[in-house]
Amino acid sequence: MTVADVVKERVQIPLAVEGLSAERIAYLEGLVGQARTAAAVFSQFTQEDVDRIVKPMVLAGLAQAQYLARLAVEETRLGVLEDKVIKNMVASEFVYNYVKDKRTVGVIREIPERNLIEMAEPIGVLFSLTPITNPTSTVLFKCIMAIKTRNAVIFSPHPKAWHCCAEAVRIMYEAAVKHGAPEGVFTCIESPTLPDNAYLMKHKDIGLIDATGGPGVVKAAYSSGKPALGVGAGNTPVYLEKTADVNTAVVDIIVSKTFDNGTICASEQTVVIDDEIYDAVLKKFADLGAHICNEKETKLLERTVIDPETGFMQPMAVGQKAADIARFVGLKVKPDTKLLIAPIAGVGRQHPLSVEKLFPVLAVYRAKSVAEALRVCVDVNHAGGIGHTAVVFSRNEEVIRKFGEVINAGRIIVNSPGSIGALGAVYNDLVPTFSFGCGTGGGNSTTDNVNVFHYLNIKRVARRTQNHMWFRVPNQIYFNMNAVENLRQFPSLSTIIVTSPLLEQIGHVDIVRRHICPKTQVHVQVIPDAEPEVKVIALGVEALNFYKADQIIALGGGSVIDAAKIMKLKYESPEADLEYLAAPFLDLRKRVARYPTEKANQARLIAISTTSGTGSEVTPFAVLTDKESGRKVTLADYSLTPDVAIVDPQFVMTMPKGLTADTGIDCLTHALEAGVSNYASPYTDSNAMQAIRLVFKYLPIAYEHPRDEEARCMMHNAACIAAMAFSNASVGVNHALAHAFGARFGVAHGRANALMLPHVIAYNAAVPSKFMPSPYTKGYTAHKKYATVADLLSLGGHTVDEKVKNLIAATEQLLDQLGFPRSIAELGISKEEFERAVPELARIAFEDPSWRSNPRMPLMTELVELFWKAYEGRAAPKVASTVEHTTV
Amino acid sequence: MNAVFLNIDEARVVAALREAGEKLDGSEGEAVLDMASVGRIDSGAVRALEELARVADEKSVKIVLREVNVDVYKVLKLMKLTGRFSFVN
Repeated sequence: MTVADVVKERVQIPLAVEGLSAERIAYLEGLVGQARTAAAVFSQFTQEDVDRIVKPMVLAGLAQAQYLARLAVEETRLGVLEDKVIKNMVASEFVYNYVKDKRTVGVIREIPERNLIEMAEPIGVLFSLTPITNPTSTVLFKCIMAIKTRNAVIFSPHPKAWHCCAEAVRIMYEAAVKHGAPEGVFTCIESPTLPDNAYLMKHKDIGLIDATGGPGVVKAAYSSGKPALGVGAGNTPVYLEKTADVNTAVVDIIVSKTFDNGTICASEQTVVIDDEIYDAVLKKFADLGAHICNEKETKLLERTVIDPETGFMQPMAVGQKAADIARFVGLKVKPDTKLLIAPIAGVGRQHPLSVEKLFPVLAVYRAKSVAEALRVCVDVNHAGGIGHTAVVFSRNEEVIRKFGEVINAGRIIVNSPGSIGALGAVYNDLVPTFSFGCGTGGGNSTTDNVNVFHYLNIKRVARRTQNHMWFRVPNQIYFNMNAVENLRQFPSLSTIIVTSPLLEQIGHVDIVRRHICPKTQVHVQVIPDAEPEVKVIALGVEALNFYKADQIIALGGGSVIDAAKIMKLKYESPEADLEYLAAPFLDLRKRVARYPTEKANQARLIAISTTSGTGSEVTPFAVLTDKESGRKVTLADYSLTPDVAIVDPQFVMTMPKGLTADTGIDCLTHALEAGVSNYASPYTDSNAMQAIRLVFKYLPIAYEHPRDEEARCMMHNAACIAAMAFSNASVGVNHALAHAFGARFGVAHGRANALMLPHVIAYNAAVPSKFMPSPYTKGYTAHKKYATVADLLSLGGHTVDEKVKNLIAATEQLLDQLGFPRSIAELGISKEEFERAVPELARIAFEDPSWRSNPRMPLMTELVELFWKAYEGRAAPKVASTVEHTTV
Repeated sequence: MNAVFLNIDEARVVAALREAGEKLDGSEGEAVLDMASVGRIDSGAVRALEELARVADEKSVKIVLREVNVDVYKVLKLMKLTGRFSFVN
């Protein structure tokens, strides 16, 4: 295989391999192969296995902390030996304390209340770049994390810290393998080069790049096209506010900024000090060993330690002692000077010392106010430190909170040292790390302190949850003949009867008046018996306010009751925005538009229905018409449900035959659709089934013998019972089709439902071309539920298919008995006119929320097909067993 | 078509796989290795399996691994070795 072949096969993204010989590529491939095998073998390990390996590794790290620190200082010539020892110990001991009890294999977290389990999946092979500033501690940290998470790592240390890092890798590797880790789990590239890094960063077997280092390394990692954790430069602003404990603050800043000669990228860079304490703070710094530079010294310092070309710090100053830097610059300072402090007057290129300085030189700024101080801190934060670290010293909680709000930093350290504070687990409860996520502002994918969980793919095992369902109906329902007498038990000072002119004319209002609690002031608000209209609602609300009503009695069909519901809503919550409340929703519990709960007025709503169909007396729905805009809005919320429903058949004894049939079939459609709805529950099923049984038995009688009291009573009950079912289970595609068709051709709602019904039963009973997602149902059951209905009606049939066919036949026979047209064509609508209308009808039906609970998700083409089936109509019933012969 | 049947003992997986490789002489159509007792494999076993697959290819012998547990199967999957063997239960 040629080099080109190897590159083509192994590297996902074509890249130039300039500088890489065939031997070098073979060498790198060998490292990857070794790591890949180790990672694969590692995947079999248990939590106990990895924990058994981690502990001796940590002990090895602790035992060799001083040795590795010495190697690092000797090789890099950066930092402080004693501090590097501490860093190595923190990287071992503190990190171990954080990870030792963490589950990182198999199930790592169980959340029973959410039916969720989180499980760990290793990444595989990590390619890890380590910095010159914290070389061995970073290696120790990453090795412990990798073993804990069952990953293999190929290390590419900074070339100027290679030996100490390679030694750290060796110590960790030997400890790990001795205690059972797969061979090849850690490797360290010999004499790594930029082409090596480029090759591995794009290698298909590398799962994650973990790049800790300068901006170039981080950018290369993120540009590779591989998942990467890239953590780079900072520029930590510090606000030393006037209420702070100055002694603590100054010591903390010195501790932090001099720690390892300032090589930790979270260390303090510019301290913004309130004017009131500025002089005292500088004096304190000076007393404790800092040298405060005068203007001339500051100029000298900035010219030397900051590159005038780039504006970045000079590498030669990184990790050097303050006294050495001073000597190099030409400043006269005491030999034991800990820190050079340079006052600056602003932030940016004109103020070179306002940038990141990984050495013990600290800029200070005198702020005249909190506002100015915060502004300067924001400037520092944005001068190369976005997402990294910031520090505030204050006793003023408001200042601390404001600082947290305006500064964009993954770590905002309060009243403690920045560098050691950011490392975590020493001064605070941050997760211990040697890798600081800087968020998107810093070009990183996280703001976290990088830890074991960034070395894992976390899988979530989500079990099906049993969503809570509901069954909500009015508190009180009174039914059967003369149920209206129950009005007496409801005390009221002022009652408004909302009704229609016809009902007032035929004496129904008088009946109601007779039964209202004595001494109640009664006012009758007559509205046109049509759809509730904006102006009508406004007049009603005006009357409610005028009479200070405490009770509303809605006497009428669905329109009147809907109007009363909306009047009550606007009366109780005058600010309610009906357009807003009508916003569409998918799940009632997650809806965006919430109905008002605070009420300016309160009135009881008693609904007395005078038709046996809509069931509006128990539903949470109301339709509002805006004639001016020609729009209808549907309001739906359980707060709209009447408080009391009275289902008294005396008010329907005079219903005309046509209305009896239309409303009766509307009732049947409600029950059938609620029965097969995806929101159906045993509670709604019992209502739906009972309503269906009552309709099949009593509707033909009520139709043929309107004065039959029992039939009227049972149909009135059926409408209410069906409404209780669909109030909680909703309706389906039949209603969506009927709404669109009825509105376009001016066909009564019940009649429109009737034209669709047999076709919709057949449609829902068939295997869906598209299933409707539904957490509430298990499997597809619509056909079986129709069969159950057929059984309930004793329609016969041995198989589900036969039973469904018999139900369709029985429904068709019932429609025939009630004199419904068998097709849309029979209504006199020409084929051409219908053909023109169908695309728009299908579009409107698809927008109708009614079908959202339908068991089968209707496709647009299927809606068109259903419309055409309804147009062409149904044949004569063929079923052997009919409702006439049925005992129910 | 002749077949070779071998049990792979977890205590000596690498040696057993090597022996299996040596037994392949091309006269058998397939070799069935019973892995039922192998709960886990190490890097050496992975390398031995890679070698066995190579030898089997050369000698046109089909290697059937029997009763491979899913953890071991996943190691083979991660090593992209599953395509080189047949698996039976």
